[in-house]
Amino acid sequence: MIKLFRKWLSGLFGKAFKGKNRIKLGLYGPPNGGKTTLANRVSLDWLGEEVGSVSEMAHETREIKIKESITIKNEEDGAEITFNLVDTPGIATKIDYEDFLKYGMKEKEAKERAKEATKGIIDSIKWLDDMDVVVVVLDSTVDPYSQVNITIIGNLAARDIPVLIVANKSDLKKSNIKKIEDAFPQYEVVGISAKLGKNMDAFYKKLFKLIK
Amino acid sequence: MSSKKLVLEFVQHSEIESLNTEERISKMLSLVKENKIVILEGRFRKQEEAELIQKTMESINSNFKGIEIAVINPTSENGTFFGRLRTALANLLLGDREGITLIGPATVIHEIKQDPTKLNQLSLDLQN
Repeated sequence: MIKLFRKWLSGLFGKAFKGKNRIKLGLYGPPNGGKTTLANRVSLDWLGEEVGSVSEMAHETREIKIKESITIKNEEDGAEITFNLVDTPGIATKIDYEDFLKYGMKEKEAKERAKEATKGIIDSIKWLDDMDVVVVVLDSTVDPYSQVNITIIGNLAARDIPVLIVANKSDLKKSNIKKIEDAFPQYEVVGISAKLGKNMDAFYKKLFKLIK
Repeated sequence: MSSKKLVLEFVQHSEIESLNTEERISKMLSLVKENKIVILEGRFRKQEEAELIQKTMESINSNFKGIEIAVINPTSENGTFFGRLRTALANLLLGDREGITLIGPATVIHEIKQDPTKLNQLSLDLQN
């Protein structure tokens, strides 16, 4: 009963102050798409500091990380937008601790990491409702026709959350941005290399268009 | 030479339509945990898919490592006007009954691949 009352109160006041809150921009996607690399790039470009560590191993980000008050400026008209950048753990439908053993982890450590990764995925999904705008970060060297991608994007559409798709890792030979555009024709897709900072201007332009 | 048995279970939409989200997910996950590949007539609602992933994560342990899932949806939206119209009509007439959902344990199915040019076909990479 108390829980229900609290939920009602938070809904009431949440709605009343929603207009005054800063935009929450979430980075979502499957593991290893480059969400944290992109978060670091955006944060470096505008704040001069990084958000979190990156690794080739999947599920490196296992908890939600927030970088507050990032203001980006549109050079064409001088307009500015400020948002809180929310870097989320990659969403997957399976976690096998044995995958972590391949990176030299001990069994106990690998099981602990798998447990943290499952919790991270649950948190990512729970946070979906809190997002105002989402950038879905996909690895453009990987087949985009996966149910996880479809589920993430479908869920955002069902919640009426504006979406921009980033086709990351465009610097790699196997990158295929066109395939991502074909897979999600209803959405804006921008090809970038977050690691090298390639095509970030186009990314910021599309972000402006999405938020305004 | 040892042989491995693969069990497929077909679930009609009528078996789940009266169930609430939690019951639907719980029914599917209990079948998958029995190492069965479930062929469900229709599909989950969009937000149920996210909840299915959430419940799957809560169930993961050293025996159950998660699921592989794919939806065959021949009328899925292709971005063109007629594509959107066709999808809207199919949704109106069939609702969640449209298409087929395949769910299997990750210990049995390594990957489900969908060829975008053949929307009525899935290929399953099984675990060794």
